[in-house]
Amino acid sequence: MTALTGPTGTTHAGLLGLGVYRPRREVPNSEIVHLIDSSDEWIRTRSGITSRRFAEADETVVSMSVEASRQAIEQAGLTPGQIDCVLVATVSHLLQTPAAAAMIAEQLGATPAAAMDVSAACAGFCYGVAMASDMVRGGSARHVLVVGVEKLSDITDPTDRSTAFIFADGAGAVVVGPADQAGISPVVWGSDGARFDLIRQEAFWPPKVDPDPESVKGAHVLRMDGNPVFRWASFEMAKVAQQAIERAGITVDELDAFIPHQANMRITDAMARALKLPSHVVIARDIAEQGNTSAASIPLAMHRLIADGQVKPGDLALLIAFGAGLVYAAQVVRLP
Amino acid sequence: MATTEEIRASLADIVNEVAGIPADDVQLDKSFVDDLDVDSLSMVEVVVAAEEKFDVKIPDDEVKNLKTVGDAVAFIERQLS
Repeated sequence: MTALTGPTGTTHAGLLGLGVYRPRREVPNSEIVHLIDSSDEWIRTRSGITSRRFAEADETVVSMSVEASRQAIEQAGLTPGQIDCVLVATVSHLLQTPAAAAMIAEQLGATPAAAMDVSAACAGFCYGVAMASDMVRGGSARHVLVVGVEKLSDITDPTDRSTAFIFADGAGAVVVGPADQAGISPVVWGSDGARFDLIRQEAFWPPKVDPDPESVKGAHVLRMDGNPVFRWASFEMAKVAQQAIERAGITVDELDAFIPHQANMRITDAMARALKLPSHVVIARDIAEQGNTSAASIPLAMHRLIADGQVKPGDLALLIAFGAGLVYAAQVVRLP
Repeated sequence: MATTEEIRASLADIVNEVAGIPADDVQLDKSFVDDLDVDSLSMVEVVVAAEEKFDVKIPDDEVKNLKTVGDAVAFIERQLS
């Protein structure tokens, strides 16, 4: 029998570089409260959010991704041509096909890198990091660019009291590549399709697919049942985070930072309590000024902790992300 | 079998821990939202802690019916009986 050559990768993978893009326009609570009959105080106590950023017309899913990616590639000490695969986690690239990833690769000068979008909602960044790590270790790519990007303002109903004050825009990117020691622990991930409807779009995008386009007008925006999501995220996800710590072969005392998806400050606080995080573990709270940017929130939060000097390269951070599906993923990483 | 007062007292401790409300204020006739200022997210935390404490299930659909401390105590009593 003729022998085939199988792929061979590296023993260890890690995060080599990080970059972000925060949209220019800052939107304080005072600017959005009139449409949802709310107040700055109500929003702050329910979510911890004081302001968020909304992208303007020229700040697109692709352009924000390219900016963040350039920084990540440069920090990794690479050139775009050395990227073998581009994974873009997003739910707000408003074309079913082609993928944003192909355009991002092209604009970066990373062609002919493999390119695809990952639809795992707010969990997308952690899904991407898990797959990138396996690609590097499995040998199908040496350097993978993982982007988390959202322009949720395009698919948020500004009059919806459950979501209008939460969702926001931004981008973050990391390069995953070979490392001397394990820089990304085994992922703990899964889904719970029984709760498919908790965070949802209520209709297909194009009117052609729906028999009655008028009946679904505006139904493509994101809707969320806040309380059940809060319960699931705060308590079920703490168990997943605990498993990720165990799979990483460390104890909670050995963590330096906790960087959960920035869904809601109250969820972060509840998870931190459930995990019994020691006081030396820095907790990411980027949501206060950035809102919930879905797939972009973890790299954005990671970047702020590093920029503020609260953590340093090499520190161990627990990541956990969860969202529409429902889907979730958690891993421990060594910060770039 | 726990008495009504025992359940109320345990629930009061939970409300105190989650929302910082003095346990003595958590009486059967008090509304969680209007009297005790327990918002909907804190209510979820109270419910989850109560499920663990009393080993009962309080489904999401049921939570909105628990308007007063008495409603919650009665629901837990029914589950335990």
